[in-house]
Amino acid sequence: MTSRKTVEAFEVAATEANLLESGGAGQWGLTFRRFMGRTSGVIGLSIVTLLVLMAIFAPVIAPYGPDQVLIGKEDVRPREKPCVHILGCDPEKPQHIMGTDGNVRDEFSRIIHGARVSLTLGFFTVTLALLVGSTLGALAGYIGGWFDNVIMRVMDVILGFPSLLLAIAIVAVLGPGLENALIAIAIVSIPAYARVMRAQVLSIRETDFVSASRALGANARQILLRRVVPNAMTPLVVLATLGVATAILEAAGLSFLGLGAQPPTAEWGTMLASERNNLFTSPHLVFFPGFAIMITVLGFNLMGDGLRDALDPSLNR
Amino acid sequence: MPEPLIVADNLVKQFPIKAGILQREVATVNAVAGVDLTIHRGETVGLVGESGCGKSTLGRTLVRLLTPTSGRVIFDGEDVTDLQGSKLKPFRRRAQIIFQDPYSSLDPRTQIGNSIAEGLRLHGVSNKDERQERVGEMLELVGLQPRHASRYPHEFSGGQRQRIGLARALILKPDFVVADEPVSALDVSVQAQVLNLLKELQQELDLTLLFVAHNLAVVEHMSDRVAVMYLGRVVEITDREHLYANPLHPYTEALLSAIPMPDPDRPRNRQILQGEVPSPIDPPSGCYFHPRCPIAVEGLCDVVDPELIPSSTNPAHRAACHVRCPSPARL
Repeated sequence: MTSRKTVEAFEVAATEANLLESGGAGQWGLTFRRFMGRTSGVIGLSIVTLLVLMAIFAPVIAPYGPDQVLIGKEDVRPREKPCVHILGCDPEKPQHIMGTDGNVRDEFSRIIHGARVSLTLGFFTVTLALLVGSTLGALAGYIGGWFDNVIMRVMDVILGFPSLLLAIAIVAVLGPGLENALIAIAIVSIPAYARVMRAQVLSIRETDFVSASRALGANARQILLRRVVPNAMTPLVVLATLGVATAILEAAGLSFLGLGAQPPTAEWGTMLASERNNLFTSPHLVFFPGFAIMITVLGFNLMGDGLRDALDPSLNR
Repeated sequence: MPEPLIVADNLVKQFPIKAGILQREVATVNAVAGVDLTIHRGETVGLVGESGCGKSTLGRTLVRLLTPTSGRVIFDGEDVTDLQGSKLKPFRRRAQIIFQDPYSSLDPRTQIGNSIAEGLRLHGVSNKDERQERVGEMLELVGLQPRHASRYPHEFSGGQRQRIGLARALILKPDFVVADEPVSALDVSVQAQVLNLLKELQQELDLTLLFVAHNLAVVEHMSDRVAVMYLGRVVEITDREHLYANPLHPYTEALLSAIPMPDPDRPRNRQILQGEVPSPIDPPSGCYFHPRCPIAVEGLCDVVDPELIPSSTNPAHRAACHVRCPSPARL
């Protein structure tokens, strides 16, 4: 018994030594290992991966085109109930696993293609907001003084409005449409990134390793780009992941209000809006887009939470 | 006497305290309140004093990480007080600093090889192979191996990190190095290792050191001369032997009596100072030490600010005390 324990201890020591010898995985490698050790994060990552694959291979997966009207091609009526052959649906009837919508289009194909719209929008919104927000925040934090004051007060003003309301106002000015919704949502989410980035820069610029760079002769630009920004990215990555979920939700909201994607675009919010009056007669046309939005938001939120846990500095070392 | 390498001339560093929505300046902290200090080429000057007395601020001001409020910093005959930007760069190459905390002084997202090579990159060694070679040499010099260059700081212990910090500061072969409490964050067993390494490297690279510490035993081990700071001022400065054997300033006496002796039979003649260190926002009148001084003379010490002057017996031993080291003019 004792000897086995000793052997085990040796084995552990040996693998640890190997880890050290292998040159280390670096910060991101460690983070990834920690991330994979948590169920919720892994579930989130799986959902997001599936969604991304679904979006990429949409034309392959979807049995019909997203805008393909089936009148005259098949014997189906508008707002047909879901029909799955293996679940006992009459084999004579054409299979529509999520039914058809009011314009006799295959709901399943539209949901699949909707992932393309939502994910692209989420990605570009967050990228735009992240770039602008973190640049403003980094400059405000590093330069300080009146520049900091001006930037951050503007951010406070944007934060002062309820985000969806402000987005509606911006779209009202720019005109409805998917691109304008993207810009509107990006603008309302800029302050969050700016604030987090500024706070990070304020704390990082006082650290000894920044002083060391300064003592070695690095100028402000070199310090900001080489030392401060890479070290400030951690919470921004988390925020961006969670931000994708928010952006998708807000885009769906804008589309629902008729300010985002316009028909016939297969966008989940638009699909919800166009069938909201038929909730009681054909609930599947409201359920499936709503469920798609929910599962997407859930996936990104779980992944963001997992990332936050994995990147938590208190778990470091 | 060798020539002076770096001279602080009546150096003052104040930090404003701001309050209210307008961020108006309500007070100033006098972290360094008029310090004259000359460090000669090749020597090690120890700088001691309790927490918050301005040791680190003085060190950081001398390497121009902080810009002095008033006074001058003269480096190798050149006034570097007001240099900015690219004009400061030649000075940056020659004056370096080693930090106290080995955990915050290395960029956690940068491989240590790149951290060490930063100085080379900034000062025009653009050839990557050459940088790599110099980093390898430097790593060996501080007792690590060249293959460690691709690792990240979290893979090293505190003592190893401090040696990496040494390598980073010394790769440019500076003339002057401020060691800002380089071992106070380390285990005692590792302290000796790092201190001896620093001493060896000093010989090898012909360094001039300002060694900041609050541990008097460590300072005794490292320094040729020792300066004692209290509340932003140097109150006594002399050779190591004189300071430890024959302190003049009552504050130095109290500090020395606080060194623990590894001898249980030795009678301890512990001097306990009364009161707290006064606030550097509102320092006392006259001699800053008079409210706590056991030998203060009323009407003199609380009125007149003593100057740092040579003692009558040993001109190299200077102290700022009206009683122990009276000014010749006053006698």
